[in-house]
Amino acid sequence: MTNTLHRFGAPETQRDDYIVFAMASKGINDVGSAEKLRSFLALAVKHGPVNVGNAIKGGMYRPSENLTPLAHWSRPADGDPEAVVRSIEEPSTVAAVFDDVAKVEALLRDLKAADLGISVNIASLAAEANACCKRAGLTRHSIEYSLGFHGDLNQLPDRHVLELSTMCGHGMVSHNFARKMIDLVRENRRTPQQAAATMARFCTCGIFNLTRAIRVLEQARKGE
Amino acid sequence: MEVDPKKCVACANCVPVCPMGAIFIDPAINRATVNLDECVECFTCHRGMSKEHMNPTLVRAVRRVAKLFRFRFEPEPDVCPTDALTPQELAWPRVIRRAFSDPLVPHESTGIHGRGTEEVKTNDVTDRVKEGEAGFTIEFGRPGVGVRFRDVQKMTTALVALPVEFEDKNPVSSLITDRATGALRADVLDEKVMSAILELKTRLEHVPAVLERVEAVAQGLRTIVSIGVSTRCDAAGDDRLAPVLAREGYVFFRGKTNLGLGRRPTPASA
Repeated sequence: MTNTLHRFGAPETQRDDYIVFAMASKGINDVGSAEKLRSFLALAVKHGPVNVGNAIKGGMYRPSENLTPLAHWSRPADGDPEAVVRSIEEPSTVAAVFDDVAKVEALLRDLKAADLGISVNIASLAAEANACCKRAGLTRHSIEYSLGFHGDLNQLPDRHVLELSTMCGHGMVSHNFARKMIDLVRENRRTPQQAAATMARFCTCGIFNLTRAIRVLEQARKGE
Repeated sequence: MEVDPKKCVACANCVPVCPMGAIFIDPAINRATVNLDECVECFTCHRGMSKEHMNPTLVRAVRRVAKLFRFRFEPEPDVCPTDALTPQELAWPRVIRRAFSDPLVPHESTGIHGRGTEEVKTNDVTDRVKEGEAGFTIEFGRPGVGVRFRDVQKMTTALVALPVEFEDKNPVSSLITDRATGALRADVLDEKVMSAILELKTRLEHVPAVLERVEAVAQGLRTIVSIGVSTRCDAAGDDRLAPVLAREGYVFFRGKTNLGLGRRPTPASA
């Protein structure tokens, strides 16, 4: 699940984007890990993430199997993070997205004290994560760097679309759909909040950062 | 994935939703249609869109009237009003498309969801990439372009000559039929998937040679290649990989940081 590593955008556009996720290693420490994953996510929810998800059950923003036509006028935009915590019943990868490094630091302190014994990673600006670890009294174990995109780059869309679509690393938010959301915002037919929530419903892991998406949509509206 | 023509009302909401751009409204039948050669069976349309289960005849009638008056619709953009998207029964080798494209389907070769890999995310438990080593994740098809395994094979065959070790617990490795040549199963070469990750590791001193080869091969592929390189940090949390990458001229600032909180169960707790 390298779905968090290659988010597109200059460093200054990623300072409100921290994905903290936990998983057990299959065949080594995954037996009985569901309870630990639930504990991890419950601690994360306490610190006010902008999105959370369970990779095999979905995120806090989900599509509905049974909408009524009334949804076209009054569709609830909020997700339920507690429902995601309750959905963890088997080994999985669970994630929480934060837009504030201070919240991440507070979570790391809680995780250190909880000593759950499962692997926890932060996908973000690497230097920011390292500094955050040190402040929380943790020493990072391993690091994976993104070296970006190579190959036939002519197939890539513009930067605003890429900033939005790469926030679901599994590719569930298509370039064309991100472009449509930008157009709807520019035409004032949707608010950035509505457009961000709509895109978040496609991200099954719940790692789509709505705060960052709203900012990108505002910038795209003004052509910045 | 297919579209049920009896249900489809040609609202076109599903057209931009498809990550591969494989859905279009066929003017001959005025229904959404899936280009099955381009569809990677990611299920984004079927699972990601909300459903209303409305009566298709009624919806078509309303749409015809609205069209007559040139009304501008304001529908919710992520809704299929009639639940027209219909999964197909997938047989080999097409079934591999879903395994590599739908993150909710675990890879049979590793039993892991998503892209079927753990990489450095559980390195604190597995110790797969050690100090002095570099782990590579070479990902094809991302973001939003897709890849056919014929292009993946160009990379695997180019890398086998280098001092690298392919990760066994990896879905792409499981398709390699000949470790000496890097050849993949012949019956999957034309299959298109959303994304495939090749994982390997090498010594830190070989990182420049591997990167040079990966970049050279990537230039000739009809897809995007996303490169990730990892290593284990020392006791102080510092890494010897960053100076190597800087010397090679790479600009890198985003990363995945393993906090070292995982551990193997002790015999008593296992």
